[in-house]
Amino acid sequence: MTSGHILKTAHEARELIRSGNVSSVELTQSVLDRIEQIDGNLNSYITVTGGKALERAASVDAAIASGDLDGPLAGVPVMVKDNMSTAGTLTTAGSQILKNFVPPYDAHVIERLNEAGAIIVGKGNLDEFAMGSSNENSSFPPTRNPWDTTRVPGGSSGGPAAAVAAGEAFISLGSDTGGSIRQPASLCGVVGMKPTYGLVSRFGLLAFASSLDQIGPFSRDVTDAANTLSVIAGHDPRDSTSSLDSGGVDYAADLNGDLSGVKLGVPKEYLVDGIEPGVRAAYEESLKVLEGLGASLEETSLPLTDQALAVYYIIAPSEASANLARYDGFKYGHSSESAQDAWEVMDMTRGEGFGAEVKRRIILGGYALSAGYYDAYYKKAQQVRTLIRQEFAGAFEKFDALVTPTSPTVAFEAGSRTDDLLAMYLSDVCTIPVNIAGLPGISVPGGFSDGLPVGLQVIGPQFGEQTIFNVTYAYEQATEWHEAHPSI
Amino acid sequence: MEYEPVIGLEVHVQLRTRSKMFCGCAADYQIADANTRVCPVCMAMPGVLPVVNKRAVEFTIAAGLALNCSIAELTKFDRKNYGYPDLMKGYQISQMDLPIAENGYMNLPDSETVPGGHRVGITRIHLEEDVARLTHIGAGPGSYSLMDINRAGVPLMECVSEPDIRSAAQAEAYILELQSTMRYLGISTANMEEGSFRCDANVSIRPKGAREFGKRVEVKNMNRVRAVVRAIEHEIERQTEIAEKGGVLPQETRGWDDEKGITLEQRSKEEANDYRYFPEPDIPPIYIERAWVDEIRSGLPELANSRRARFAGEYGLSQYDADLLTASRATADYFENVVRARDYSGDKLQSFSKESANWINGEMARLVNADVDPAAVITESKVTPAQFAELVELFQSRTINNNASKQVLAEMFASGRDAGDIVDEKGLRKVDDADALDPIIDKVISDNDQAIDDYLSGKETAIRYLVGQVMKATRGAADANVAAELIQEKIGSLTKR
Repeated sequence: MTSGHILKTAHEARELIRSGNVSSVELTQSVLDRIEQIDGNLNSYITVTGGKALERAASVDAAIASGDLDGPLAGVPVMVKDNMSTAGTLTTAGSQILKNFVPPYDAHVIERLNEAGAIIVGKGNLDEFAMGSSNENSSFPPTRNPWDTTRVPGGSSGGPAAAVAAGEAFISLGSDTGGSIRQPASLCGVVGMKPTYGLVSRFGLLAFASSLDQIGPFSRDVTDAANTLSVIAGHDPRDSTSSLDSGGVDYAADLNGDLSGVKLGVPKEYLVDGIEPGVRAAYEESLKVLEGLGASLEETSLPLTDQALAVYYIIAPSEASANLARYDGFKYGHSSESAQDAWEVMDMTRGEGFGAEVKRRIILGGYALSAGYYDAYYKKAQQVRTLIRQEFAGAFEKFDALVTPTSPTVAFEAGSRTDDLLAMYLSDVCTIPVNIAGLPGISVPGGFSDGLPVGLQVIGPQFGEQTIFNVTYAYEQATEWHEAHPSI
Repeated sequence: MEYEPVIGLEVHVQLRTRSKMFCGCAADYQIADANTRVCPVCMAMPGVLPVVNKRAVEFTIAAGLALNCSIAELTKFDRKNYGYPDLMKGYQISQMDLPIAENGYMNLPDSETVPGGHRVGITRIHLEEDVARLTHIGAGPGSYSLMDINRAGVPLMECVSEPDIRSAAQAEAYILELQSTMRYLGISTANMEEGSFRCDANVSIRPKGAREFGKRVEVKNMNRVRAVVRAIEHEIERQTEIAEKGGVLPQETRGWDDEKGITLEQRSKEEANDYRYFPEPDIPPIYIERAWVDEIRSGLPELANSRRARFAGEYGLSQYDADLLTASRATADYFENVVRARDYSGDKLQSFSKESANWINGEMARLVNADVDPAAVITESKVTPAQFAELVELFQSRTINNNASKQVLAEMFASGRDAGDIVDEKGLRKVDDADALDPIIDKVISDNDQAIDDYLSGKETAIRYLVGQVMKATRGAADANVAAELIQEKIGSLTKR
């Protein structure tokens, strides 16, 4: 009976709990059954914490019944990407170097989910240390796309995207450094949202590129994404880059279908060379829908867009080269058994524990930062970063939000890009500029091409979350793409 | 050819904050059991983030102001990347191009070893974090290392001097003055032996009068002030010898071997680390508001240098006494509170100050040093400055003699009671009038025939024995000179009879 609920939205499920039609325990059990049934094919989860989840669901049911717990996520089964620290639960970042790491502390977002009564059912698969666009860099069996299991789910938050698409969780949390929430959301046909840099605390998020990383939600509709952001956003004194004056905003409260007077910019540079015709067609169709809802659309130009990828591949690996230096085999995680001295412990642990893409980026970053190259690479990239930020700021003087495709392609065949790194890196060409500028961006289901989902991206100004939720909510009301589910 | 040494010092000062630089762990790692002052942040567990210790920034601003630096309006932290087992994150959070303070100077006082004094420029003062402590057990196969993470993340302030120092003696004076300044500011114990003050020296030589610098040698591993002096002296000698033989001096890092008294090559320039510095993305740049700087400035104590000069002028103290009193802020504070406990001026102020200084630097210092608590400080003793002033007055007015004063002070130090009460209770008031002493002396003379005979037969020292007997009878209160005079007088009158 309850299995019929697993593809409902979180707010629908929450309503069923509230009205007494279903308990959190029942809902959690049905999600666990679903995982049991399909995850052998999907590999969305690295760790499933079924026992803990059911125990917790029981206590949340009691708290809801006694009126101690309310709110949009109370009793709702969720998944978190496995690069978020969970006290007492394996946290691997998809890497062999942390294959045995059980942290003693919760990430800020985990604390927030727990306080809100969400039921964490497990940890989501990802490209190792969130470096990748297809989930194929996971050191665990890679996640597959629920719409077609020969294809990739996107990355790096492939597990969290696929799980929400396939009914293995109502909500999930991912992290987005260059598109790692929005691109897999697009490829899996779900909503994926990256907040403004600093809106959600990074405390407990295993760092990839500190100045770009940001945590955000996956969901089956915009309302759920807005509700989840309300739960996880807000200042955290443990993260010095977390915004001071945020939190306590109910992003879902004022969502309405009205776009009259809203000015949307359509940056032409996002219709990149490699864009698939089906993706382009769906995108152009979406623009008409928005226009029909009363928004005024105008083509605009952001000429620095194609510099963003280069800037990203300097800054992100540079920061990663330092962030990953702590994995040295002395304190936790994998430690080489064959090392003979301290230096070998460091070298061999890293040699054995890190995968090829992680090593490639550490080397790239170390090179970009080294004496004699710093000015030409890292410093130059930071200067261009400032220009990109300014270019966006200029656009937002004119527009309330920008509308672009999320990914130039639909989900691609597994293995098709693993030998063509440039093609792989280009998967994120439409999402990376948003991270470079620290802006909020959201991808929502925006049509299909050859039976595979296409995403529509809406980008807002700094702390313009409410605006992009409003725009995508209106779009969602006028379309039915979000109601389609994979047949897995 | 005559050569001139060029020396610059890099000093790491451990700051005495309550918590660590980037987390809430207590910074008192010395007194804690191994690995009990640790948390996910200072252990660099995955996903944790640093939060800057505001007090450490404040301490660094205070140090910058005390050393005449300009304080940055915008400062930031950077990552210094290098791999070492004691470095938890694989990088140290430090500061590269925007240190908290720069462009200052320190005036070395005029002294025997630094005649006329000397000014040393301060290049920069920045903030960073300490590393864990490794203890190596054994050597060769089967050896291993223990790691204590308590020290990891303790705030370190690095103070870099200009290459303005020209002798080992100047280097010593610079270190002593810097230690004194840190202690006066209350920001560090600045102790080389316990590692809260670490000094590396950059030493080069050049032909006297030359403008260019020679290749500098960085000398490390000195853990006493004396070792810094010896290492610099050795390095000047070694480099001069090589230069005189026409040899080439490479830029390198050398380690001081204290037992052998020589420096040994550690690392050549070619092997130098590339630290791949870049701005710390987890800590936004910090704007230091001028109002904050002003607030810190207004709270700065008077430092040793100016206090020394003022003590000599205002109180008429000798250079020696002023040096001793100002060696620690606590002693200088105590002295000044003693003097201020009385409202003296002019000659009276000077003689009272001089006597107070004698007693503070002498007997009081001895009592504090002998205290069972090795960390005892004069300002926390049971003797208040006002009580101490009373004792000095009792001594100066000759109410009690030197011996009695020492007894009284020891009693005050132990119990915290007033000097006057102790004097009355023990009957220590100096007895110097003949009437009071007369009967006592008569008794001593009649009880000591042998000594009288000795004296009369020319043994002058017998008088000392007799005075001792008088002192014993008065429990030290008699004025020894008066007693001696009276005894001689009485014996004289005895023989005339």
